[in-house]
Amino acid sequence: MADLLTTPLNALHRELGAKMVPFAGYDMPVQYPAGVMKEHLHCRARAGLFDVSHMGQVIVRAPGGYAQAAREMEALVPVDLSGLGVMRQRYGFFTNDQGGILDDLMLANRGDHMFVVVNAACKGADIAHMRARLPGCEVEEITDRALVALQGPAAEAVLEALVPGVAAMRFMDVGIFGSDFGELWISRSGYTGEDGYEISVSETQAVAFARALLASDDVEPIGLGARDSLRLEAGLCLYGHDIDETTTPVEASLIWGIQKVRRAGGARAGGFPGADKIFAEMQGGAARARVGLRPEGRAPMREGTSLFEAAEGGAPVGQVTSGAYGPTIEAPMSMGYLPKPLATEGTVIYGEVRGKRLPVKVAKLPFTPANFKR
Amino acid sequence: MKFTEEHEWLRVEDDLVVVGITEHASEQLGDVVFVELPEVGTQVTKDDEVVVIESVKAASDILAPIDGEIVEVNEVLVDAPGKVNDDATGDGWFFKIKPSDLGQMDEYMDETAYQDYIS
Repeated sequence: MADLLTTPLNALHRELGAKMVPFAGYDMPVQYPAGVMKEHLHCRARAGLFDVSHMGQVIVRAPGGYAQAAREMEALVPVDLSGLGVMRQRYGFFTNDQGGILDDLMLANRGDHMFVVVNAACKGADIAHMRARLPGCEVEEITDRALVALQGPAAEAVLEALVPGVAAMRFMDVGIFGSDFGELWISRSGYTGEDGYEISVSETQAVAFARALLASDDVEPIGLGARDSLRLEAGLCLYGHDIDETTTPVEASLIWGIQKVRRAGGARAGGFPGADKIFAEMQGGAARARVGLRPEGRAPMREGTSLFEAAEGGAPVGQVTSGAYGPTIEAPMSMGYLPKPLATEGTVIYGEVRGKRLPVKVAKLPFTPANFKR
Repeated sequence: MKFTEEHEWLRVEDDLVVVGITEHASEQLGDVVFVELPEVGTQVTKDDEVVVIESVKAASDILAPIDGEIVEVNEVLVDAPGKVNDDATGDGWFFKIKPSDLGQMDEYMDETAYQDYIS
């Protein structure tokens, strides 16, 4: 474990009694003494604090300011960045020439530059990709700041008490705020399906800031275990599991992330890797689709579970890409890919668990309704 | 009560042996969300996989600690698997076995030895 990286909150996790595990090269808390189930439910009922400092924070600057950075970045992502308002952010993904997804990420217009947050496991490759493919831009990895997420219905009141002004932010707004903990880079977003914020704080102030949030009775620390069940209930993809280089945004049901202006017929249509493949699929339909799955019994169908059309015989028609127990829905839940004809709500298929084929129904995503402050 | 290296406990009740997992094991597993129990009447041999439990983290097998016949299972766990976490050595028991040879219990640890084993 000597080679694992640590976040600025590592010692605090240990002090809070976290069980630490290696994740994307980092020593991260998978759960605290409360356990995954209670942490999950607490986040949905009140508020949870997550350390997401392992994710990559990147600033992209260009001599032509945000407009140039946006123009160049549009060659890598199918997102409308030129039309993104000041202090607003959008979800997006880097595509490859086959239309597959290299990573999913957040992109923000911060006035004179772009701020990007990428997944921990992909950040080295993402930064190299941007440096190679954004010729007029300077790509700076921010390594002296922690990133935390405060998620849940109480997040607004808790953060507003420490950082006045954040309550006025809307979903996907970003802001830069002065505070007792130095300059905070805040977005009203997250990955739990709950209202909340992601906050970038200087590494030297991170522990004090986290302690100030945890001082509220409403806030409990949440580990990676509950982070996973929360995002799965919210129907959100985990890169490397539900989406990867072999899945297209069309198959992954992520075309909402491609704004009209970047689609076929739009003013700035295409121009990103794999656009032809993606447009063809948008036109003619993809052969398979990402779906929600609700096992009819209580046994969870985990990642890798083979899916069959019938209770007996035949070859697998798909696989589960994420599966767990959903503490809020009080039932097992999965996501996976199925051939288009089977990918309709209500279709019953079979997942093979320990050699037995168990019925599982194609279900609507998300499993729990989103509580964003639009 | 006797304990196995697989973190099961065995308690003799009349001529039956009640089997469950230890508190230590339930803490390590995390919240249990699913329990698949054997059928009553099943003849089992020591080390047969007789119960599957799934926690929020992973699936695990529970082995038969001794030879015998499964004579009762804790049906309550089907709808309330969390009892394994709440009361591992009480209401969270898995099955009762009619032992073929009670002498097989002798090889297992007593409470003091088990506490040493997990510390």
